Amino acid sequence: MQWETVIGLEIHTQLATESKIFSGAATAFGAEPNTQACAVDLGLPGVLPVLNQGAVQRAVRFGRAIGAEIAPRSVFARKNYFYPDLPKGYQISQFELPVVGRGQVEIVLDDGRVKVIGVTRAHLEEDAGKSLHEDFPGSGGGMTGIDLNRAGTPLLEIVSEPDMRSPEEAVAYARKIHQLVRWIGISDGNMQEGSFRVDANISLRPKGQQAFGTRAEIKNINSFRFLQKALEFEIERQTDILEDGGTVVQETRLYDASKDETRSMRSKEEANDYRYFPDPDLLPLELDDAFIDDATHDLPELPDAMRHRFAAQYGLSDYDASLLTASLAMAHYFEAVVDRCGDAKLAANWINGALAAALNKDDRDIAGSQVSAAQLAGLIARIQDDTISGKIAKQVFDAMWAEGADADTVIEARGLKQITDSGAIEAMIDGIIAANPGQLAQYRAGKEKLFGFFVGQVMKQSQGKANPQQVNAILKAKLAGE
Amino acid sequence: MHHKTIAELAAGLRARTFSSRELTQHYLERIARLDPGLNSYITVAANAALAAADAADARLDAGDAGPLTGIPIAHKDIFCTNGIRTSCGSRMLDNFIAPYDATVVERLGAAGAVVLGKTNMDEFAMGSSNETSFYGPVRNPWDQTRVPGGSSGGSAAAVAGRLCAAATGTDTGGSIRQPAAFCGITGIKPTYGRCSRWGMIAFASSLDQAGAMARSAEDAAALLGAMAGFDSRDSTSVDRAVPDYGAELGGDIRGLKIGLPKEYFGEGLDAGVAASVQQAIDHYRRLGASVHDISLPNASLSVPVYYVVAPAECSSNLARFDGVRFGHRCAEPRDLEDLYKRSRAEGFGAEVQRRIMIGTYALSAGYYDAYYLKAQQIRHLISDDFRRAFEQVDVIMGPTAPTTAFALGAKTDDPVAMYLNDIYTIATNLAGLPGLSLPVEPVAGLPVGLQIIGNYFDEGRLLNVAHALQRETDWHLRTPDGFA
Repeated sequence: MQWETVIGLEIHTQLATESKIFSGAATAFGAEPNTQACAVDLGLPGVLPVLNQGAVQRAVRFGRAIGAEIAPRSVFARKNYFYPDLPKGYQISQFELPVVGRGQVEIVLDDGRVKVIGVTRAHLEEDAGKSLHEDFPGSGGGMTGIDLNRAGTPLLEIVSEPDMRSPEEAVAYARKIHQLVRWIGISDGNMQEGSFRVDANISLRPKGQQAFGTRAEIKNINSFRFLQKALEFEIERQTDILEDGGTVVQETRLYDASKDETRSMRSKEEANDYRYFPDPDLLPLELDDAFIDDATHDLPELPDAMRHRFAAQYGLSDYDASLLTASLAMAHYFEAVVDRCGDAKLAANWINGALAAALNKDDRDIAGSQVSAAQLAGLIARIQDDTISGKIAKQVFDAMWAEGADADTVIEARGLKQITDSGAIEAMIDGIIAANPGQLAQYRAGKEKLFGFFVGQVMKQSQGKANPQQVNAILKAKLAGE
Repeated sequence: MHHKTIAELAAGLRARTFSSRELTQHYLERIARLDPGLNSYITVAANAALAAADAADARLDAGDAGPLTGIPIAHKDIFCTNGIRTSCGSRMLDNFIAPYDATVVERLGAAGAVVLGKTNMDEFAMGSSNETSFYGPVRNPWDQTRVPGGSSGGSAAAVAGRLCAAATGTDTGGSIRQPAAFCGITGIKPTYGRCSRWGMIAFASSLDQAGAMARSAEDAAALLGAMAGFDSRDSTSVDRAVPDYGAELGGDIRGLKIGLPKEYFGEGLDAGVAASVQQAIDHYRRLGASVHDISLPNASLSVPVYYVVAPAECSSNLARFDGVRFGHRCAEPRDLEDLYKRSRAEGFGAEVQRRIMIGTYALSAGYYDAYYLKAQQIRHLISDDFRRAFEQVDVIMGPTAPTTAFALGAKTDDPVAMYLNDIYTIATNLAGLPGLSLPVEPVAGLPVGLQIIGNYFDEGRLLNVAHALQRETDWHLRTPDGFA
């Protein structure tokens, strides 16, 4: 049977506030355990939560960025369960009435296809602390350490519609949300530090069937590669079950990267009854237009809009435009190069080609580029004014990347300037023709593909610096005996 | 000295007729002598009290004293006190010392009040007789075979026995007013949001409210004025100026419209209590008030609604007592589940466990709509009843409790009978309204409370109406035998 994959994602993104969502404790990463947990975070008796408006502002920015309705009234609820790193015995979250309603984003797939993915909702909640089972010092056996530094860190949980049909689409969507939260400055998106975590719901159904199959939820995936692999594993696992006539069990699974497999964490029967109810310690969150305007007035041009504009304004493909809008910094870089050199296509080719490769090789993002936008524009200018050929330019770029130097400096220092003096080219050609009488005779006898041999000889002798158009024209004339 | 009002004590202190240290020592001596019989204090903080008294004396010497500077008071042991154990009447917190003061404690401290200690209470404020305390029951100073009421029974008994000048209390379903009635003192539960809940250990967050327990409305006004006010640490506290309650006392009550809800005078009300309350209302009529029959048609649903909402909230509020970070932890836990189960089974008493289970059930999947949601809907209807009533009248009066103080042990085996003690007080908590209880003519030597319910933020009016009766009568001045 042909199976269709259905995937929906729940993404927890940490909001980049100085202090926690319901207390004044700092949110900075990497502090000594339990040094950034105040009485509220510890859940001591008698303490009360006070909502951090900065977290609300960031949630509102996200809502606006995905074209969602911002709820004029949303409600914080308690999600009750016992766990040692959950100090109060409940997590404050939003349940029935989230702050951000339905919205959508566009993803661009590798084949250039554009797909709209629905976002069901996004809600504010607090993070739990961390249980240290393995690395707890002095744990001879069976001891678990609790670090509550992360407890109360503001999270925005972004829930998608089950709109994705392949791991590639799921990864593209996750990347899209990752791009967006950083673009609008609400999260650092740091996946190693847990600022961006993905839960994936995945099910299979016979192709053509409307009803969804039974899903498994894979929890806490912290890299795009793991997301891809976990989903691939899960498709295979569920396919095997279904092909064998079995049924998929609704359950929560964990992805183990070291074994590249998912395994069961708890089944539906074991699932907690969270006993959600509105948190009586917090008033309903009421947002007026003034608050929303204040939170969103400085939103930058959004990535989808910018991608459409790049495609239209600069005549780029959707795919190129999507690469150039991967981050706000990248888009700014591109436009800075275009502003200086005036050739968007050339700029796009260089950025998506040589620059992207160099960034990738050195594992840097655009902010850490060795070649600034002005420098890249300088390189392109030397191509445009025929100082160097495209081929030499790649060599110049590599040197610029390695040395952090301007194109002109590299060209000067290495003598890479193109030879455009036709007298010099003529003299070189005369010498080469004289040195190869046999080839000349064959050429004149009709073996025209020997033209390439002569071009090669000229380029070799000029170390690639002879202007190719001039070489072609002069060589053609000389070989013809003109 | 212990018969003086707060105003008289403050005057004496300011005149340096006596010092705060002398006054504090006087109360400490009374506590040492008289409290072993009452058990109204869980913790007496003598050294801290004397140090605070000395600080107050310094302020008094410097002429920098407020109306409460140097006045010895007590805090219900539900308010967190930095450095002094806060047990909440529970074994669970027998070892708990908070690293912060509750806002109410902080404000009274800033006003210069001297804290003698922490008063006994029903465990986590769950009870109407003070018999659920881990530290043993409090006895009623008027008859030590009887309960003082609850949950603020320790504060009520301490005030009635003159073991402090005044005390704080909390009221979730009647926990200030009912013990005030049983012990013959004046207690006011203000509007929900009037006092900060920061540092006040939560029982049912949407109902809990701190208030004042004192011998008279005048004293209660002084205490409440210092406790109340907006606190940015409590999102449910209301940002609204606190009036000078003392200045509102003595206002004319002629023309005051008093509503008597017929539901508060029906079956279940002790005839003697009814007669005393009626007598007090007649007194108000003589003072120029008019009396109107009103109805609160959903009043009978208050108790069942309360026993869904309050346990639901408590089941969640008390989840933090898990033996992991503070409080009671069982010995040698085998694993996490064992740690949770035994720590909580050992740390919580029977009534607390009962309410956690009721609340957990009410919030469970499949029952939430039928219980919690339905209860919240009825809560709105109850509020609407009051809203309509206050379109016709200024205050509502009735009995605080259906009977006088009952015997120790009389209702401990019958939770429902115990719960019905709060039948007249619970509705005000559900609606968030202020309520006050003041002593009227006793029955068979036992105090009776008249309850006055006001509109939102009408605490000043309630205190003034109570004061008007106390200017004419001396029920509030009477002292139990043996406590003179």
